[in-house]
Amino acid sequence: MNTVSPREFLTPTDARVLEQNSPSSDYLDVPATRPLRLDCDRLLAPFRIAYKTYGELNADKSNAILVAHALTGDQYVASENPVTKKPGWWETMVGPGKPIDTDRFFVICPNVLGGCMGSTGPATINALTGKPWGLDFPVITIGDMVDAHVPLIDHLGIDQLFSVVGGSMGGMQVLEWAARHGSRVYTAMPIATAAWHSSQNIAFHEVGRQAVMADPDWRQGRYLELGTEPRNGLAVARMAAHITYLSEEALQRKFGRSLQDLAAKTFSFNADFQVESYLRHQGSTFVDRFDANSYLYITRAIDYFDLAAEHGDVLAGAFKGTTTRFCVISFTSDWLYPTRGSREIVQALNAVAANVSFVEIESDKGHDAFLLEEPELFAAVRGFLNAAAEKRGLKNGPETR
Amino acid sequence: MLAPVAPPNTRVDHLLIAEMVAAGSRVLDVGCGDGALLQLLADTKNVDGRGIEVARERVNACVARGLSVIQGDADRDLLDYPDGAFDYAILSLTIQATRQPKTVLENLLRIGRSAIVSFPNFGHWQVRARLTLTGRMPVTENLPDAWYVSPNAHLCTIKDFANLCRVVNARVERAVAFNASGQKLGTWIPLTVHNLMGEKAVFMLTRTSGH
Repeated sequence: MNTVSPREFLTPTDARVLEQNSPSSDYLDVPATRPLRLDCDRLLAPFRIAYKTYGELNADKSNAILVAHALTGDQYVASENPVTKKPGWWETMVGPGKPIDTDRFFVICPNVLGGCMGSTGPATINALTGKPWGLDFPVITIGDMVDAHVPLIDHLGIDQLFSVVGGSMGGMQVLEWAARHGSRVYTAMPIATAAWHSSQNIAFHEVGRQAVMADPDWRQGRYLELGTEPRNGLAVARMAAHITYLSEEALQRKFGRSLQDLAAKTFSFNADFQVESYLRHQGSTFVDRFDANSYLYITRAIDYFDLAAEHGDVLAGAFKGTTTRFCVISFTSDWLYPTRGSREIVQALNAVAANVSFVEIESDKGHDAFLLEEPELFAAVRGFLNAAAEKRGLKNGPETR
Repeated sequence: MLAPVAPPNTRVDHLLIAEMVAAGSRVLDVGCGDGALLQLLADTKNVDGRGIEVARERVNACVARGLSVIQGDADRDLLDYPDGAFDYAILSLTIQATRQPKTVLENLLRIGRSAIVSFPNFGHWQVRARLTLTGRMPVTENLPDAWYVSPNAHLCTIKDFANLCRVVNARVERAVAFNASGQKLGTWIPLTVHNLMGEKAVFMLTRTSGH
C-alpha cells in the first residue's frame, strides 16, 4: 500500500490547483437548486465552500465562532496549511487555551468565495465549460462572500453564531455579517478594518492588479489553461502590498539600511539591501500559494466595500436595531486601516445605542499587528469573549483558567 | 442567596451613585476610569452598563475584564449617542476635567433619562481656608495636584453646580454632599452649609419638560 499521499510530490502550483478543485479540508457543495444572488445581480450555482472546524459544537449549538480570513488567508487558521506546510495563520489567537479557545468554542473558518483553497473561485473548473472560470467568474463583493457562508452555517445546524471575528478584510466580513444577518450574530469583533475602502487603499490594489495583468504570462487571465503563470506580476503585487502591512518604524527597526550578506554595495540592481531581499522572498513565496486571478477578484471585492453606501450613505443605518455586542479593535501604527476608520464604526454603533467596546492597541508593527504577538490584543479578545459567553450562558471550558 | 456586597475599599461616591441607580437599568458611565463603578453596578444592580474613558490603557483594562467600554472623550463623543438611549448617564468626578462642562451636562441630560454627576466641591472650608490664608491654589487630599499638572480645568462649588443645573433647565432630583470619611450631610442642612462642609457632592438630575 502506498502510504505517501501523491500530493507530496506535486509542485506548489499543482498542489494548489489540486487543493482548489479537490480540497483536503471539509467542504460544502451548495446545489444548483440554491443559487446565490450576487451583488452584481448574477446568480452563482452550484458553488463550493471549503472550511475547517476546530473544537466541538455544544449540544444547543450556541458556542460557534466564525473566523473570517483576510485577503490572502484561508481556512487553515489553526492547523498546518497543506500547500505551504506552515502552521495556521492565527495560531497565536485560535487554539486550545488561546484567546479564541477551541476547548470552549467551536471555531469555523471557511475559505472565501473567489479564493483559491477550495471555495469556488476563478481557478475552479467551471462544470459548464470544463475549463477554469478565469475572468468569466463574476465580480464578487464582501457581502457576497458573507452570503456564500450562510449555507455553511445552516448546514452545520447553527442558528446563531456566538461570534464572528476577523481582521482586515475579515473585519469587513464581520461588519457585513452584522449588517446583513444581525440576528445570527451574538457578538462581532471587527479588527484592524474599516467600513469603506479608502482611495489610497484602492490605489495600492490597482498597482497590484496592474502588475499581474502586465505580466505576459497572465494571458488575459487564461494562464491555467495555457500552462503559464504570472509569477513575476503577482510577486510584484505582493511586494507592494506587503509594504502597506508594515509601518515605517517596523521596517526601519527590522532592516534599517543593512546590506544582505555583503560587505559593500555592489553597484548593481541586485538585492543589496536586506529589505529588498525580504520583499523578494515575500513575493516569491506568495506566488507558490496564491492564484493570480483570485488576487484580482478579492482585491476588487475589498475596493467595492462601502457599508454606508449600501445603507443610504448613513453607516448607522447598517446597524439599526442591532442586538449584536461589538468589540472594535485598531492599532496605533496601522496606516492601511487607521484608528479613525474604527472610530467611525464605533460612532455609527453609538448612534444606534449598540453595545460596543472599542480598544486601540499600541503597537509599532503596522497593519500586520493583528496577526502577531500582541498581549493587549489577546487580553481584549479573551476578556470580551469570556464576558459575552457568561451573558450567553455558555459553560466554561473543561477547566477554569 | 446572599446579596452581592460592594468590596470594602469602594469609593464613597460610587456607593452613593449605586444607591440611586435602579436595578436592571441601562447605564452609561462617562469617564469610567478602570471600570470600578461599572463593575459595582453590574455586580450589585445587574445593570446593562457601558463606559467611555479617555485613557487607552484604562480602556483596554476594562475590556479585558469584560466591560463594554470605548476609548473616547466626554467633550467629543457624547454627541454620537441618540436621545434617551440610557436610563442613567453618569459622570463621576469628571465634569471638572471637561473642556465644556455645560455642553457635557446638556448631553448627559439628553442621552440619559436621568443624569448623575459627582464632583469635588471647591467651596469646602479647607479649600477656602488654603486659598485665603496662603493666597495660592489649594492642594488638599481631595484636590491633590498642583494647578499646573491638575487635569481639573473647571472646578466649581456646590452652589455653582446648583446654578448650572438651573441654567440648563435640569431638575435636581437628589443632591448629597459628603465629607472625607464618607458621612453624608443631613438633607435638612441648608445649601450654604453643604457648600462649606461637603468635600464632594452627587447630584441626580432630570430634564425638565419642554427642554
